[in-house]
Amino acid sequence: MSNFSVTFRQSGSVQILDLEGDLDAHTAPDFEAAIKKCLDGDQHRIIVQGTRLEYISSAGLGVFMAFIEEVRDRGGDIKITALQPRVYNVFDLLGFPVLFDIMDTEHEAISKFDEAKVGPSGNG
Amino acid sequence: MGRKSSRLTIPSTTLKLSAVREFVEKHARDYGFSADVVDQMALAVDEACTNVIRHAYRGRKSGPVDIRIVEDADRFTVTIRDQGESFDFDHYKRPNLAEAIRARRGGGFGVDIMRRLMDLVEYERRGRFNEVHLTKFRNSDSKNSVKL
Repeated sequence: MSNFSVTFRQSGSVQILDLEGDLDAHTAPDFEAAIKKCLDGDQHRIIVQGTRLEYISSAGLGVFMAFIEEVRDRGGDIKITALQPRVYNVFDLLGFPVLFDIMDTEHEAISKFDEAKVGPSGNG
Repeated sequence: MGRKSSRLTIPSTTLKLSAVREFVEKHARDYGFSADVVDQMALAVDEACTNVIRHAYRGRKSGPVDIRIVEDADRFTVTIRDQGESFDFDHYKRPNLAEAIRARRGGGFGVDIMRRLMDLVEYERRGRFNEVHLTKFRNSDSKNSVKL
């Protein structure tokens, strides 16, 4: 039994993953499969939306660590948005805010992807 | 207050991690810890159990993982005991996040999280058992501990 789910949404060229429930060592493979599905579909601009993410352990954070380089190598990024404070604090504990874009809203993350696309240094 | 002890035993499968967290949360809340400390206890115990399941038992699902909570007047201790392979706790080196990302490697942060969140983290090998003791003091809230 798993109380974790990933729902896929598209906003222009950005793939949004809505996470819900608890992301732990049991459910991390589901999240990993979701990221792989994005890459298999050539979706490299990914937003992980955490409004309904209730919990994360290092196993969940490990999925971000394992895939971010590949996504960036392909010219994209994984931006993290709308985390609940107790979940954000786990990202913060391991130093994620220095190496990942963690934003308050999905809108901000989409804007940042758009800037990167049209900006002077937006060639990847 | 006298010493109170509670126990939960699970098979070594990640499926049971949510039950472990609920067990720890309930007792930590009843002990009087703040919501932040309750979250810290649950995460630290999750990390310890995940390490047991993934590393001590190496994916073998039949090994028992014993979680025992001891509530004393001044401290709340969770002991996680297994019969898997031993772990060299003393030589654990905290992984570097940037290096882990470069190596596309997602693991190795569990012990680091336990040490950052708990007041005391102790490991011992007792015969064929490994025991990890995770302790928060009752006055933890007033200490300069990491907020979760």
